[in-house]
This record gives sequence, C-alpha cells and structure tokens, in this order.
Amino acid sequence: MKHDRWLPYYLIAPSLLFMGAFFLYPFIQIFAEAFTSSDGNVGLANFTRIYQDFNFWPSLKNTLLLTGVVVPLQLVLAIGMALMVTRMNKGRDSILYIWTIPLGISDLAAGIIWLAILEQFGFLNSFLSAVSVIDAPASWLNYQNAFALFLAVVVAEIWRGTAIVLVILVSGMGLIPKEYDEAGQVFGASYWQRLWKITLPMLRPSIQSALILRTLLALEVFAVVMMLGGSDMPVLMSETFDWQFLYQQTGAAAAYAVLIMLISVVITGFYIKFLNVPKEAR
Amino acid sequence: MKSSSSEAVMPSSLSSRASASSADSSRQEAQTAHKPRRNDMAWKWLFRAGVSILVLWVLVPIALLMLNSVSTPEQITGWPKTLTPALSFETLDFFWHYQGVISALGNSLLAAVFTMVIAIVLGAPAGYALARFVFPGMNAYRMIIILSRAFPMPLLALPLAVIFIQVGIDDSILGLAMVHATLALPFAVLITSSLFMGIPVELEEAAWLMGCNRWQAFRRVVLPLAAPGITASAVFAFVISWNEVFASAILTVENRTLTAFLVQSLSESPAEIKYAGGLILVVPALLFLFAIRKYLFSMWGISNR
Repeated sequence: MKHDRWLPYYLIAPSLLFMGAFFLYPFIQIFAEAFTSSDGNVGLANFTRIYQDFNFWPSLKNTLLLTGVVVPLQLVLAIGMALMVTRMNKGRDSILYIWTIPLGISDLAAGIIWLAILEQFGFLNSFLSAVSVIDAPASWLNYQNAFALFLAVVVAEIWRGTAIVLVILVSGMGLIPKEYDEAGQVFGASYWQRLWKITLPMLRPSIQSALILRTLLALEVFAVVMMLGGSDMPVLMSETFDWQFLYQQTGAAAAYAVLIMLISVVITGFYIKFLNVPKEAR
Repeated sequence: MKSSSSEAVMPSSLSSRASASSADSSRQEAQTAHKPRRNDMAWKWLFRAGVSILVLWVLVPIALLMLNSVSTPEQITGWPKTLTPALSFETLDFFWHYQGVISALGNSLLAAVFTMVIAIVLGAPAGYALARFVFPGMNAYRMIIILSRAFPMPLLALPLAVIFIQVGIDDSILGLAMVHATLALPFAVLITSSLFMGIPVELEEAAWLMGCNRWQAFRRVVLPLAAPGITASAVFAFVISWNEVFASAILTVENRTLTAFLVQSLSESPAEIKYAGGLILVVPALLFLFAIRKYLFSMWGISNR
C-alpha cells in the first residue's frame, strides 16, 4: 500500500491546522496586543498601565499565595486518599467515584456551592448559631474579613481541585509493579518505610505531572473567587476579565494574560528542574 | 537487621508478619488466625472514619446546594437556614422564567455539542494515526498535543475576541465552540489513541485479507470496538465545554452561555438564580461523568505521560 506513507499525515493534518488557527495564531496575537499600546506604539505601555493600577499587587499576591497554599495541601490530601484507595477491597469503585465527583463540577458551580454554605445567611452560620457559637449572622465573605475570605476560597479550591490530583496519582499507582512492594515486605520493611522508600519515589512522574497541571490550573483561578469574593478579592484572572470586559482595554488584558503565561512557564520549568524524573522511571 | 528495625517501628505488624507473605488475602487470614491486636482494630476504625469523612466532605456541599434549590426563595434569603426545605419548585420555576435563562441554557448545550463534534471529528483520526503508524514527526506532534494541555487556553479568548469581530463570528456560539475545542482536542487525541492501541491490529489485518480496504476495515471492525471509548471521550469534551467559564464570559455577550450568564449578572441577579443555576450546571455534568466513570482513570493515566 503505497499511499499509506502519507496517510498518517492526512489524519493528523486537520487537528494540526485547527490548533494552528485557534492556538498558535491567537498565541502570537496575544503578545502582539500586549506589546502594542492603544496609540499603536510598540512598547511596555500596557505593562506599566496594569502595574500602576492599584489592584495589580493585591491580585498578584492573592493568586500566588492561593497557589502556594492550595497546591501542597491538595497534593498531601490526594496522596493520602490514593493510599487509602489502594488498601480498599470492596466498595473501592463506589468510593473512588464519589471522590472524583468534583472533577465534573465547574469552578463556577463549585463557587456557588460554597457560597450557599459560607454566605452571611448560609448553612455554616446557621449551624454555628444553632450550637450558639455566634449570636447573629456574621458576614465572612468581604474585604473586612480578608483572611476569612481567603480561607473560604482555599476550602472551595481544595474541595474542587483535589480530585484531578487523585485521579492522576491513582492511575500512576496502578503503573507501579506490585513486585517492588512485595520485595519490601519480604525484607521486612514496615508500611511507612515502603511508602517513603518505594511507593512515593516510584510515583514521582505522576506527582510531577499532577503538580504541574494543578499549579497551572490554580494560577487560572477565576470563577470560584468571583462567586465568593467578587471584587473584594482580586486575582490575576479576574483582573484580566475586568480589563477586557468592563474597561474594554484589550491591550492591558493581554498584558495580564502574558504575565499569567510567564508565571506558568517559570513554575513549570521549576518543577521539571527540581522534581527531576530520571529517564528510566518514566 | 532490617527486620529488627521494622519491629521497632511497627510492633503490631509482628502478628501478621509471620504468615503474611504478600497479598491482602493472606493478611486477612493472618488476622483471623491470630487474635486481632487492639492496635489493628484501632487502625481499621481510623481508616473507615477517614474514608467516611472524605466521602461526606465531597457529598454534603452538593447536598446543601440541592437543598437550597428545592427551598422557597424566602427560605434561601431567610435566617436561620433549616435542613428541612419546603420541597417547592418555586425557586427552579423562578429560574426557568428569569429573563435570558432559557436561551443561555440552549447556548451552553449548543456550544458543548459543537465542541464535542469538533474534538472527535478532528481528534479521532489523529489518535488513530498515533496508534497505528510510526512516522517522522510523530513524537513532535505528540509533544505539541501534550504540552498544549498544560497551557492556559481560556486566555486565548482575548485575541480571538478581536479576530472574531474581523471575521464576523463575534458573539457566536460557533466561535466559542472553537475555543472550547482547543481545550478538548488534546484530550480527544490522547484518549482515542490509547483506545485504538488497545484494539489488536491483527483484527484489522484479517479484515484486509478478506477484501476490505482500510476504511471498510476501520468502519466494520475497529469502530464498533472503539465506539464506547469514543463516546466517553466525546462526553468528556461535552463536559469541558459545559463547565468552561472564562472564555465563555469573554466571547459571548448577547448569545451568552449559562456560565457566562451567571458570571456577567453576578451583581444584579437574585440569590435564588445563582443556586438554581448552580444546580442546573452540576446535574448534567454528574450524570455524564457517571456514565464514563470506567474510562476516567485510563484517560488520565495515559494522558499524564
């Protein structure tokens, strides 16, 4: 079959063209927009503009702090859950399904769910008042309670985003040959020793991809924060949205987008360098 | 030396270690043979408690949202909340008749279906190529697909908003679906490629020997076997689009999707709209994920390397 040599290229061509048109082209365009000011000059005008905005530092700080708090907690929680899953016999599938439910829930819906619980007249305050911890409904989700608001977003993000880490880790654990752990048992290693010396090191490729994916998603946090905090807690994505949609300043929005991409690239590079996965472990 | 250190760390393992060689079943035997140590029982209950708490941690918030959406609007804004809702459809009814909800729902559905079709029609052939052929440039293509998965795609909606105005598809569901498809396409390629890899090439070769050409062999032999998996990745593409917020809110103004509607009318819409809207967002996604739960792990397993 002579034409077979070209067949794979015909098969991948449509997807390549599509990604070229809707991924590569806008990707280049976003840089062009970010470095072109509204009067057509090429330069850093858009960046100085967002830098001088009073929401710049708070949004950067909130996003990085949120990522720094949420991602490690999610990793630890997901490792714990994945280890529990491996020790389950009956009911494993049902429990795994329940634990991965948040995977299918949009960040917007997750924000709404936690709003129902944490808002001033929500379920948490009702509960606290029923057990007489508080007398009157307290409002947690505003800028006066910056710490409570931050905590609320952390809780909602952990609720929503841990499932993806869990799924990656559980499928990674399935790839570890059972013989290693059995050999450890034969030599009398305790559960904790096997965990630290066998399971976790073998899991490193999965941990790395879970960390990269989850961190990038955390940097894009948007709808949860919009729902719980509104404008009281600016993050990079909500600022991008405001500049584009409310102020109609596409150049400044593009500058924020470039900033988010830049942070993503730096952090991904950091993970790849410092969580170095040896070739043979892949 | 190793065994002595393990005893020091975990004395409780002594009882089972004698007969437990490797598998879980033998460990259970060991526990029934000897009298279970108190420590073992404590661990077992701790384990069960941990699992139950995590199950509740996932389910209770969703249950509370559902509770809110079968309460009356007065209950939703009232104080204090009770766990006994009025079981009324007043809130959902109000939601249905709220200005713009029906069209937003229709738009969300349409965008998700478009996304699904684009992702599968473009992704499945590429997945087949990756599974069945070895060709120069294959690894480069695979790299592009894997890397693009980690890219903040919704941000690309910003330049596309401008480009779409020039092309004349601004504020259109088709334009939005294109952006959602860039999110879903990499997954579709990776999932379908692992699917096709799981179908023995010998089956296809047998069909060729019996006189089928490549396309016929694919359609009559491979496709029926791959259909459930392809459906699963289509459903996954649907959910990706259905749940996406940022690009939807940027790209649709008049023809907005449900997520765009909820974000854009955040400040003016009453609380019951949010909760009913949240429920409408959550339920289909849950049903769909339930339908494809079998594939979830192989999906992420292969696509994470």
